[in-house]
Amino acid sequence: MSGWRLPEGGAIDRSRRLSFTFDGRPLTGHPGDTIASALLANGVRIVARSFKYHRPRGLFAAGVEEPNALVDVTRDGRTAPNLRATCEPLVEGLAVAAVNAAPDAGGDRQAWIDRFSRFLPAGFYYKTFMWPGWELFEPRIRAMAGLGRLDPDHRPPGTAPQIDAACDLLVVGAGPAGLAAARAAAARGERVLLLDDQPEPGGSLRWLGGTIGGADWHDWVQDTLERVAAAGGRYLAWTTAYGIYDHGLVCAWRRLGEAPDQLWRIRPQVSVLAAGAIERPLTFPDNDRPGVMLAEAALRYLRVWAVAPGRRAVVATNNDTAYRTAAALAEAGVAVEILDIRSDSPAMATCDLPVHRGRLPEGVVGRGGVTAVRAGGRELAADALLVSGGWTPSVHLWRHAGGRVRFAEELAAFVPDGAVNGLRVAGAANGRFGLAAALADGHTAAAGAGPAPQPELPDPAYAFEPAWPRPDAEGRQWIDLQNDVTLKDVALAAREGFRSVEHLKRYTTLGMATDQGKTSNMAGLAAMAELSGRSIPEVGTTTFRPPFVPVPLSILGGRRRGQFFNPLRRLQLEPEHRAADAAFREYGGWLRPAWYARSDDPGAGPTAVAAEARAARQAVGLFDGSPLGKIEVIGPDAAKLLDFVLYNRVSTLEVGRIRYVLMLSESGVVFDDGVVARLAEDRFVFSCSSGHVPAVRLRLEEWRQDRFDPARVFVHDATSHWATLTATGPRARALVEVALPQAAPALAELAHMTLAESAWEDVPLRIARVSFTGDRSYELSVPQSAAGRLWARLCAGLEGHGGRRIGLEALLTLRAEKGFVVVGKDTDGLTLPQDLGMEGPLRKRNDEFVGRRSLMLPDAQRDDRRQLVGLQVPDGAPPLPTGAHAVTGQGPQRRSIGYVTSSYDSPALGRPIALGLIERGRARLGERVRLLHLGAGLEATLCAPAFFDPQGARIDA
Amino acid sequence: MQLFPCPFCGPRPETEFHYGGEAGKVRPEPAEAVSETAWADYLHAQANPKGVSREVWVHLACGEFFVLSRHTVTHEILGAEAMPGREA
Repeated sequence: MSGWRLPEGGAIDRSRRLSFTFDGRPLTGHPGDTIASALLANGVRIVARSFKYHRPRGLFAAGVEEPNALVDVTRDGRTAPNLRATCEPLVEGLAVAAVNAAPDAGGDRQAWIDRFSRFLPAGFYYKTFMWPGWELFEPRIRAMAGLGRLDPDHRPPGTAPQIDAACDLLVVGAGPAGLAAARAAAARGERVLLLDDQPEPGGSLRWLGGTIGGADWHDWVQDTLERVAAAGGRYLAWTTAYGIYDHGLVCAWRRLGEAPDQLWRIRPQVSVLAAGAIERPLTFPDNDRPGVMLAEAALRYLRVWAVAPGRRAVVATNNDTAYRTAAALAEAGVAVEILDIRSDSPAMATCDLPVHRGRLPEGVVGRGGVTAVRAGGRELAADALLVSGGWTPSVHLWRHAGGRVRFAEELAAFVPDGAVNGLRVAGAANGRFGLAAALADGHTAAAGAGPAPQPELPDPAYAFEPAWPRPDAEGRQWIDLQNDVTLKDVALAAREGFRSVEHLKRYTTLGMATDQGKTSNMAGLAAMAELSGRSIPEVGTTTFRPPFVPVPLSILGGRRRGQFFNPLRRLQLEPEHRAADAAFREYGGWLRPAWYARSDDPGAGPTAVAAEARAARQAVGLFDGSPLGKIEVIGPDAAKLLDFVLYNRVSTLEVGRIRYVLMLSESGVVFDDGVVARLAEDRFVFSCSSGHVPAVRLRLEEWRQDRFDPARVFVHDATSHWATLTATGPRARALVEVALPQAAPALAELAHMTLAESAWEDVPLRIARVSFTGDRSYELSVPQSAAGRLWARLCAGLEGHGGRRIGLEALLTLRAEKGFVVVGKDTDGLTLPQDLGMEGPLRKRNDEFVGRRSLMLPDAQRDDRRQLVGLQVPDGAPPLPTGAHAVTGQGPQRRSIGYVTSSYDSPALGRPIALGLIERGRARLGERVRLLHLGAGLEATLCAPAFFDPQGARIDA
Repeated sequence: MQLFPCPFCGPRPETEFHYGGEAGKVRPEPAEAVSETAWADYLHAQANPKGVSREVWVHLACGEFFVLSRHTVTHEILGAEAMPGREA
């Protein structure tokens, strides 16, 4: 016998039927059901197999604390693993599968493992599979243990909105205490945000019922929600506050069913935590058998979903709250007997059901489910055993926020103690059990005016007497159902010295399952206390950490997926580049043309790069350099600021002239390079590397604000304002003159490293003669709005001059031919300016600049530093792999003396070229070095970095 | 997520800020007169207190550097002030 649906009652829609399958079996339920309530109503007893021993398991709880009923749920072809059946609403067409069971939960093939359980104590795997190596055993052990199956094709869409919210009062839990708090705050006109993890408000009122303030509880709840809304507040159903973080931030997971789930980040002025309490199990042999269920869970199934757990029930308890379950089941037609550890209590006195006083279960008969309960030497026939070991306040969020707890002897439970700024706990979570107590506590927590809402009846006594695990009892007694931890495992931990609660947890895995020990931690603590001769407060509790429930990663990720994960910066001219068949790659956070090729053929890229590089050397290359930094430094102290922040002095620069500069860190390491142009006495523009713009700007700002008078110098990043198109090559001037006839006179006078400001059509135009290729180059900058026009104009003349558009790869090849570095590629975190051959400023300058003192250190002056050099391979050899190490010595004496930083096939030279940082490199030009790459030996000859046109004759050609 | 009070913009989430360094460090100079030890202290030695710490932070949204006092254990924010000579 097993669960069944009552002919009437419950908050379900009996007019509609929903079909679903469990382990392939077709079943039905109703709207309003959870997967769990529908399984119970269909008489399904075994809903899962346990993690380690593959024991049959049934539903144990009705809410978030459920340890057993983890299921894989498939809907519309997508499988979500390890969902708690008690928290998932039933929807038409679900395919539900038990976890850790094959072929199904009822007939699991690996159930034999349980018979070997005495050979599998805590720590068994660590102690046993040590030789020759755990990694050899791990895959098979993992395949046998574990929970749900992950569907590799299941990629939840990145559509979860993340919502930031603020409120006067946040209330977690819409039970009596939370509602009373929300009502009190709304009465003052406060904006309240009220969250509850259930789809319907009311908390325990939904199964305990009651009359509040003279009204039926339904009406009182509705009235309260209306008052909250009228005061500008909001109630969010099916929303779990799963963590409290720094400075009172509360994070919540909101479910909407068909629409994507949401993450809420809430900044309340004050939070009231009214998360209720979780019922404790009792510990006795075979207390994990299907049919054993928490007493209040049975009441909840009965009242909310009109499902009874069986036909003959034994209720076992150590307190009076289980009597309401007993009475309700009896009323529904279930035969009920009660086992009570106590000899007397108020509820017992008025109970007309058979009560076995001073007794608790001593064991369970039935393997696949309870058939009888052993007590007092007798076997009581039963198909359901409903247990209550008292209540544990849900202090999780309070502990997340750093709140302390104390052990309340009268409840044998940890309750909140002391204060946390902006945080209050109310109701059962605060150890105030009973409807009147919860309403009063909630009202007080929100500093309510006037009397608290009153129920019709006074609270009955809790009348609790602790019943802890008894280590002396025979048989296997389960403490943690989800991780299969028994009382013997706790005893073993105590014997082996793992007595600290944190050690107990890690050694036995008690409380480390996905339910985080919601029903097991207290029993585990009590067992350890008993075994180690300490009190429960002496044993203490483990740390509570977010999240309170497993939270889908999809809400934490939100929309930061795909192109939104780390958004790339895009060029104004991207459509033009695409129309010209550009292949795009990321360079320093920008999406830029790597080369232009019509074909996607793997060989097309290198071919295009070579053709582009050749065209730029022979005629002209046109290049989109818009991401190039354009940081303007303006004001009477502009030169002073730049002199201090840069390695090269710029105060000596004449207006209209340009200088190549390095920027160092205070450790003297090269941080960036670029060119500075002086636009006016008090105005400079620093063209730093495109990938370094934000960091360079920040460094300038830091020193501006910390060392200079911020009123006399200003830093303005104008990078995104300007598009920069560069023509480079022997025909660059011809191309620009034809495209921009108005600019021809200015071009004629423009020398290398000078700049002219002029106008083109209706927009300002800056022409700078700076070269990253070694050939005559013109950088033309116009406002982004005119970029398309200028690009079209330049492209129109390109073919006639034998030129081509060139992408980043061709440009990088051209600059390497000249030995020009890319900072961060050809330099590393140790590279000083002298390693690049730039000792000049250090020798000449006697004013302060960033990094100066570091350049004087003995280490900076050593002659065996790694220096920038070129590397030439023997004739006919392929290009060196970037990253290959140059080595010296043999065997154990072998060591690296540097590595290859850049390597290309040079179309201009018709052979490979490479740059590298090599120890004493400059003193060893002409020497052969050995290189190693992935075990293969290579060789190269050191040379000067400039391979092409070392005299620089082409710059004015 | 902590809330940092930018003296210019008010309380904002910590992800909008960058750490700048320990507050009150004075750059030793001129370089010729600075010992190696003094320079190494300036570069690398941090008080890193357990407790109240005064730190320079920058609010990336407005670009202003400021001094933040906070407790490194409790994460309590004890105050924020603009750099000397700056007005919030």
